[in-house]
Amino acid sequence: MVKVKELPDREFLYGHKACPGCGLGTIGRLALKILGEKTIVALPASCMSTVTTQYPQMNYTVPSFTMAFAGTGAVLSGLSAGLKAQGITDAYVLGIAGDGGTADIGLQALSGAVERGDDFIYICYDNEAYMNTGVQRSSLTPLGASTTNSPAGPASWGESRPKKNLFEIMIAHRIPYAATASSAYPFDFMNKMAKTKIIKGPKFIQVMCPCPTGWGFPSHLTVAIGKLAVETGLWYLAEYENGKVKMNLVPKTFKPVEEYLKKQRRFRHLTEEQIKLIQEHRDQEWQMIRQRWL
Amino acid sequence: MKHDLAVGQLDFLNGDEAVAFGAKLCRPQVIPVYPITPQTLVVEKIAEFVANKQMTCAYIHVESEHSAMGAAMGAAMVGARVFTATSSQGLAYMHEMLHYVSGSRFPVVMMNANRTLAAPWNIFADQRDSIAQRDTGWIQVYVENGQEALDMIIQAYAIAEDERVYTPVMVNLDGYVVTHTYELVHIPDQALVDEFLPPFRSQNAIDFAHPRSFCITAPTDWNMEFRLQQQQAMERSKQVIAEVDKKFGAKFGRYYGGLVEEYKVADAEVVLIAMGSVIGTARIVIDQWRNRGQKVGLVKLRFLRPFPQEYFQGLSGRVKAIGIIDRDISFGYEGALASEIKSALASTGKCPPVVNFIAGIAGRDITKEHIAEMLAKLFDRRAGKEEKDLQFIGLRWPNG
Repeated sequence: MVKVKELPDREFLYGHKACPGCGLGTIGRLALKILGEKTIVALPASCMSTVTTQYPQMNYTVPSFTMAFAGTGAVLSGLSAGLKAQGITDAYVLGIAGDGGTADIGLQALSGAVERGDDFIYICYDNEAYMNTGVQRSSLTPLGASTTNSPAGPASWGESRPKKNLFEIMIAHRIPYAATASSAYPFDFMNKMAKTKIIKGPKFIQVMCPCPTGWGFPSHLTVAIGKLAVETGLWYLAEYENGKVKMNLVPKTFKPVEEYLKKQRRFRHLTEEQIKLIQEHRDQEWQMIRQRWL
Repeated sequence: MKHDLAVGQLDFLNGDEAVAFGAKLCRPQVIPVYPITPQTLVVEKIAEFVANKQMTCAYIHVESEHSAMGAAMGAAMVGARVFTATSSQGLAYMHEMLHYVSGSRFPVVMMNANRTLAAPWNIFADQRDSIAQRDTGWIQVYVENGQEALDMIIQAYAIAEDERVYTPVMVNLDGYVVTHTYELVHIPDQALVDEFLPPFRSQNAIDFAHPRSFCITAPTDWNMEFRLQQQQAMERSKQVIAEVDKKFGAKFGRYYGGLVEEYKVADAEVVLIAMGSVIGTARIVIDQWRNRGQKVGLVKLRFLRPFPQEYFQGLSGRVKAIGIIDRDISFGYEGALASEIKSALASTGKCPPVVNFIAGIAGRDITKEHIAEMLAKLFDRRAGKEEKDLQFIGLRWPNG
């Protein structure tokens, strides 16, 4: 277990230009505090690269670089092989990519890298849309969310397809370690990061990262929204390790989904009936979780 | 070309195998590669070398060409020597990554088996694939045969890894015509190659003691200066290419002439210019016409980038008519070589008549008869007879 007192005072990511209330800075900062200075950070086109790698201001005190949108998995393989070829065995290779960069355009490269068993850590910060380009839907946008290219209107209730299950896609690869996390649960996230230091081969963590700008909530509510996602059962904290899934936090009873949905502009248009559909979808998902993993 | 039989071993290899031997001699540390016809024999031969412990490197079975170049970039970023190979659709698929690697100034070396692009789909040779990548910031060299392919892989590293250059190099072989044709090839001694190409110590690689950002986001008020540096590196590479050829020749006994090779051009009045495997055929026809007393010559354009405009400026006043063979076409205008060369010729203010011959598309043979037909047309043009500026040669029907 990670102890705050044992975390280094040194910062490896600071001075970035993320929006107020964005959980991204916290995720990057905490991840690097766990991994330390011998880490290379690979960033595809995303909010993270945009707010941290603008020449001549560099926000990392570790080597970092911007990568092609589709190529995060591939470049992690290359870094890992290159380090090994030079006899460097004590460095970490960390990719930080968004939901679109991971689950859409970057999925093939990630799948290839995981299948090959290359040694790297991959964080998908999931803010549930292409935020950097102005809030367009991705395959991880949840049911009913209004985005700029799936807007709600008389003929649309927003995103019409449920969120793709990336965690299960990683499990299907029999990856050594996969986890889901949330920027609202920093200790859970840091403990998971600590595991990635020890386990060899590919490691994957999908971190829900509420986005005040894209989701439409006041910037001081980032943590509250993140917690509500878990408390309503619309997101879950889990780990896959040694061939088994462990649920890290299972609410005894779920809070009504309205409590989560009504606090965000992206869901404001939803009718009672549509909210009921979202709740039903959640219940189906949990039925599958209970059958297989609990 | 002077061949020194005492140097290295003589073997019967196809072009792809020659490339694989060339790569092996350069001791690349990481090889991310994806198979595509007609490059596959390179992929297979290298895999065999690795499996048989004849080569020590990380061979990455990437799931696409985009990822091949992505992994190449990652490995180069930590200072590893990297090799990869591709062709046609694969090269097109990695287009985005070509810019990333050249813009980050990583000296990756890649073999490309020249093959046409779909549609209509076809696996045979033309140079539309690599010429479409002309502006990706890669040095491009086109070879005539297996020996030159092997030698240019070795030279490519020496050029790319020179601090004055730090630019990736693409070595192009016409699909099948070079990649699958068996020839006697000299395989140089490993010890000599090691002397020629010592282990790579990159000044442009990750160093944990001095953390830097690579392949950064450069905003508008900085970006253009990075581009200027790419252009300057390309300009400097002309000198480096000449130096490397000289050094290589001194060590291995084979010289290629750097950016261009002239064949019987000194007193020529009519000259053909081409790239790649067609040069071999053209040499024979030039010899035949020379034997008949015709003052004909041949220019083998070896590097498309950097482009030897100075050479063509010098050529413009020396000859009476020029034919440019393009194994490609830019639809809506003409062959790419024609545009490039005509631009250099015209800059002198005394451009001789030029005819652009489009030939050898999608593997169609360019025969000795076709070359002779081109020369005849050039003599007609020189004599003032009407000849179209752009002509397709070797069509199923006349009047191309």
